[in-house]
Amino acid sequence: MSKFLQSRLGTWSGFAAAALVLFGLAPLVLSGFRLGLFAQFICYAIVAVGIGLAWGRGGMLTLGQGVFFGMGAYLMAMHLKMADAEFRGGPGSVPDFMELAGIRELPAYWAPFASPVFTVAAILILPTAVAVLLGLAVFKRRVKGAYFAILSQALAGAFAILLIGQQSLGGFNGLSYFRYFFGFTINDPVNQRMLYFITAAALLGVVAVALQLRRSRYGELLVAVRDAEERVRFLGYDAANVKVVAYAVAALFASIAGALFVPVVGIISPASVGIVPSIMFILGVAIGGRATLVGPVVGALAVAWAQTALSEQFPSAWTYAQGLLFVLVIALLPGGIASIPALAKRLKKTRTASTPAEATA
Amino acid sequence: MDVIVGPLFTGLSTGSILLLAALGLSLTFGQMGVINMAHGEFIMAGTYTAYLTQQLVGDAGVSLLIALPFGFAVGGAMGLILEALLIRHLYHRPLDTLLATFGVGLILQQVARDIFGAPAVNVTVPEALRGGVDILGTTVPKTRLFIMALAVVAVVAVTLVLRFTPAGRRIRAVVGNRDLAETAGISSRRVDAGTFFIGSGLAGVAGVALTLIGSTSPTTGQSYLVDAFLVVVAGGLGRIKGAVVAAVALGALQAVFETYSTASLAKVGVFVVIVVFLQLRPQGLFTLRTRSLA
Repeated sequence: MSKFLQSRLGTWSGFAAAALVLFGLAPLVLSGFRLGLFAQFICYAIVAVGIGLAWGRGGMLTLGQGVFFGMGAYLMAMHLKMADAEFRGGPGSVPDFMELAGIRELPAYWAPFASPVFTVAAILILPTAVAVLLGLAVFKRRVKGAYFAILSQALAGAFAILLIGQQSLGGFNGLSYFRYFFGFTINDPVNQRMLYFITAAALLGVVAVALQLRRSRYGELLVAVRDAEERVRFLGYDAANVKVVAYAVAALFASIAGALFVPVVGIISPASVGIVPSIMFILGVAIGGRATLVGPVVGALAVAWAQTALSEQFPSAWTYAQGLLFVLVIALLPGGIASIPALAKRLKKTRTASTPAEATA
Repeated sequence: MDVIVGPLFTGLSTGSILLLAALGLSLTFGQMGVINMAHGEFIMAGTYTAYLTQQLVGDAGVSLLIALPFGFAVGGAMGLILEALLIRHLYHRPLDTLLATFGVGLILQQVARDIFGAPAVNVTVPEALRGGVDILGTTVPKTRLFIMALAVVAVVAVTLVLRFTPAGRRIRAVVGNRDLAETAGISSRRVDAGTFFIGSGLAGVAGVALTLIGSTSPTTGQSYLVDAFLVVVAGGLGRIKGAVVAAVALGALQAVFETYSTASLAKVGVFVVIVVFLQLRPQGLFTLRTRSLA
């Protein structure tokens, strides 16, 4: 089975099956509202793929993916707000929330986001560039392990606080109430379905990129850096560069997810980019299996689904469950659900191996 | 004069708060390389200890004096339990410890929320600590002076214990070289538990003290935790000296940034300074010299 999955045919059939579920089954079975929820979960799954690459394969525990998620989201939200303003009052008018906050003049940094091309480019480039710069600063000096985790977490904290302080970005309430998505009305069910399809396609694309990276020489190097960074360095590679690439790719994925999250969910606020949401991204990845390709996706979807299903009815119980899941999965099942078959096999093997020994004794 | 003394005192005061929160972390993180995300919740437990003591005793001044050692005991006991049940089994996986203890922190927060409710509860400041004292032309709140004094006492106490008691000697031996210490007959397991008790107890004390200036709510600890971690990272692992200098420096930096911009920009500024600083000294301010590659 696992050999088949690793073959080329297996890959293609895997993608075909996933596409069938995402593009065929899900829109058929799910109502419009649930499809929207599913699109939201897929956004989390896209972030999870990036974390799987950086943390599972590269050993970098990034507790700050909310930063890149938030960057993508806010960049997109700014464009949508600008588009709204233009529809309402012609070019150069101020988005509605700014009027309420008493900001009469458009801040200079908002102006370029009237252009969709600029916005998309910014979503792709800006978070990646930030990740590259930060990664170079951190990894070149061999800051790693716990230090890196804490720094990335502090970054998420600082980012959220920075956003709360910015009245021209909606402050504590963030940006919400979007009407148009690149010229299409967001409320239209048909367009909502289109948004879902775009999100699902993005997930497949992101997984394909991650798969390609894993199978390339680079992917092997990344795992080598994770397992024995010094040895890789002694072999003449620059381990820092290897890490920076994975970190930047993870940031890019998170940014794309954030950009899709905004039209899908309709709101972005500092509360969904800070320290706690950033660490929550990790939970799904850990449950699914951090070092696997599909594990993070499945884990993220499952956690998001459970959260929606349980948190409203049993908010208290859900928090306990989250905490317990963190403790149990990390302590007892570090390989996640994906490692269960291998564990079961090993258990079986030791049992069959120990039986004859008992017989002779 | 005001321009200098004002930020200086704010800095010292912010620094001493940071230091109280970070001192215990510096011990546990430094010694075992263990990142205890539940440390913030131990601080939170300290704040609720102060609250409960005040409910029972009534008099704010007396209850504060009772709550300080009691907070140490509560935090320490929680630390001991956590160490025995979870952290001990994850020694060689520091990053996993971080995530697992984050889960513990989530649970503890929810426990507090279920018992005391999500809104902040009120802890009355003792009569003797209300108002301010004029120092060099600026008014410094007495509560802040008390926290500074407490931070000094805590640092001195920890330093004395580490330097002059047999237990402290064993702790230093294990920090320096775990294997060698074990060869010398020290039970590193018991030392770890002891260190964790002290470190977590300090979190409890910090919590009690923080009720004087901040609110007491289930998420109280979280707000201090990240800053405390930054102090430990900037100060260097396992060095009390480093934690002291880093806490005061970061506190002062925060105060200076705040006077020239907003509080939110100040946080970002401090973060940038730390990243730049780690460029110069990746291991922090003071480092233990070891021969390990890591």
